[in-house]
Amino acid sequence: MRILMFLLVGLLALPAQAGLKIFATVPEWGALAKEIGGDKADVFVATNGLQDPHHIQARPSLIARTRDADLVVATGAELEIGWLPLVQRESGNPRIQPGQSGYFEAARQVRMLEMPSRLDRADGDVHAAGNPHIQTDPRNFLLVGAALAARMAELAPADATTYAANWKSFAERWRAALTRWERQATPLRGLSIAVQHKAFPYLQDWLGLQEVATLEPKPGVEPSVAHLGKLLAQVAANPPKLVMRAAYQSPQAAEWFGREAQVPVVVVPFTVGGSDRARDLFGLFDDTVERLLAVPR
Amino acid sequence: MNRIPLSVLAACGVLASLPATAAGDDLKALRDEIAQMKQTYEQRIAALESRLVQTEAKAGNAEVSARQASVAASQKPTSESAFNPAISLILAGTYTRLSQDPNAYAIGGFVPTGGEVGPPRRSFGLGESELGIAANISPALRGQLTLALPPEGGAEVEEAFVQTLGFGQGTTIKAGRFLSGIGYMNGQHAHVWDFADAPLAYKAVLGGQLRNDGVQVKWIAPTDLLVELGAEAASGGAFPSTDRNKNGATLGALFAHVGGDTGPSGSWRAGLSVLGTSPREREYDGTDSTGTDVTNAFSGRSRTWIADAVWKQDFAHDRNLTVQGEYFRRRETGDLTYDTGGVSLGTATDSFRSSQSGFYAQTVYQFMPHWRAGYRYDRLDSGNANIGGALSPADFPLLAAYKPKRNTVMVDYSPDEFSRWRLQLARDQSRPDATDNQLWLQYVVSLGAHGAHAY
Repeated sequence: MRILMFLLVGLLALPAQAGLKIFATVPEWGALAKEIGGDKADVFVATNGLQDPHHIQARPSLIARTRDADLVVATGAELEIGWLPLVQRESGNPRIQPGQSGYFEAARQVRMLEMPSRLDRADGDVHAAGNPHIQTDPRNFLLVGAALAARMAELAPADATTYAANWKSFAERWRAALTRWERQATPLRGLSIAVQHKAFPYLQDWLGLQEVATLEPKPGVEPSVAHLGKLLAQVAANPPKLVMRAAYQSPQAAEWFGREAQVPVVVVPFTVGGSDRARDLFGLFDDTVERLLAVPR
Repeated sequence: MNRIPLSVLAACGVLASLPATAAGDDLKALRDEIAQMKQTYEQRIAALESRLVQTEAKAGNAEVSARQASVAASQKPTSESAFNPAISLILAGTYTRLSQDPNAYAIGGFVPTGGEVGPPRRSFGLGESELGIAANISPALRGQLTLALPPEGGAEVEEAFVQTLGFGQGTTIKAGRFLSGIGYMNGQHAHVWDFADAPLAYKAVLGGQLRNDGVQVKWIAPTDLLVELGAEAASGGAFPSTDRNKNGATLGALFAHVGGDTGPSGSWRAGLSVLGTSPREREYDGTDSTGTDVTNAFSGRSRTWIADAVWKQDFAHDRNLTVQGEYFRRRETGDLTYDTGGVSLGTATDSFRSSQSGFYAQTVYQFMPHWRAGYRYDRLDSGNANIGGALSPADFPLLAAYKPKRNTVMVDYSPDEFSRWRLQLARDQSRPDATDNQLWLQYVVSLGAHGAHAY
């Protein structure tokens, strides 16, 4: 019965699904575009919350979906460099090429952290424009969302009022949620943590977490047991209170380190779809904050 | 939200200060008064709330503009070199142990292609270095040059083309020298292959890879399923065509690819391609029945069909599986000329007809982050060439019917995205008379610009 209802609603909703065709590279921007677009946007998300955003293939369906997209929403800062440029070129779609208004980069809207002072792959897989994982700081969504709402309004003037109203409503709820999360997370301020990959500088910046160790010797380079052992000795005097990894990452290194250092491993969803509770943007940070708070301090 | 509690509170305060004797008209007057007070409070609260919203919005804007200012300020100053194209360099090298002489390599039953299809020299060897330069030319065009630098010196233009960027309606046009879009692996550069060398079918049918000097038009259908149709016209030159010195195209290719997703973490693509050309005096060197080195030549029509399919599945935590295979079928009809130079039994020409096929199937599994293992099976069927009566089949020992096969296994390790170390073992029965046991150690690294890889 329920399925039937869904089908019916889906069928009825089909003709109304006009508006912008949006192609989002990662779930967080897909979720944000859905909040702003409402039923006036058709949002396709290229990846799911459990995929490593650094290793995405330019698979056939992505080329097919960009062919007709009005707007591609990407993180930028070289996060999608391994596949998106190719998909854009293959799409035969002039609207979404770099430099056109149909191509939007979230990282251009926020203050970037960890901008390398030198560019050398001896430092691992560094990104020239700074650390691209900007979605771990919820404050960034206000900046990205405002710019995205404006861009969407520019591309579909007929739906501009809807986008503006949806954005206003989202931003209000988001500000209220921000206050709530910040209040809840007060006890986390100054907490020393270890991270598997340098994926959380924005989260650390927001909550005032103190990163004392990174398990990966260089960004994108898998830690060896020898390296982890050395790291363990280094932090022995002042061990971190927890070791954090993103849901998409392989668990071995963090678990080994957690076991040896006798600290809990916290798996944070990292993006929408990274955990059962992170079904939308609010759930993403509800879950992240709660998982961090659940660790005994 | 706090509108009602406040006004109720105010009303309570008024009520509490009431003398107990109040009744009748007094009560009505009092009620009016309370109602008035309530209204006044509500208006004032509403005004305050709207001011609060405005202030918040202004503060938000200020926050946004302040951040944007800091973003703008952090941009690097432009310089003359800011428009330099992206440069990438591939370096590769091998160490091989081969039980047979690589210089005597041939694929039994198949016309030698003249391409570099044999295994590399024994012992340490430098692979082809590959220099890539690419940039946008204008909002509508992009250019790319790939130079192959063989270890023996010189440079070879592997690809040099201009490509439209978003021509519109899903169309892309390429012109220049480019890897043909036929099949699956043909469009991939050798350094991204999953094995150290090409499948036998590519070696025997296309002489390695098909490169065209010409034009390619590709169109993508407006569907959620990828439907890609392409056509190519080229001047030919390399195997299976020859330089014809005529106006118009001497080689044409058509291809269609269909692809999509299987669930949230799987994807596939399948395709059908056809390649047609009419080579003239396509020569190859061989020995004849007397053991003399002679040059033979073919003129006629050559048509190749390729069916390809690939399926890729991702599993949690960087594990993934790729299964792919391609089937080739080639039909050649025309005239074969024996001993064009007349150095042995005398030049002779008669009809020639052959129908040959081959396939490979391979699977590669990334069983833990950075480590992959793979297996490939190659099989070709030369069929029986139909040679006219004026020629003796004994004078074409290379074309004697044979079914070459090869089994290959490999393990590779990629500590990061820019380097790969590979161990490959193969039992190669390309030659009717000998089995070649091969061991390869190979490295492939990439420097410079981080290129995007095709599916």
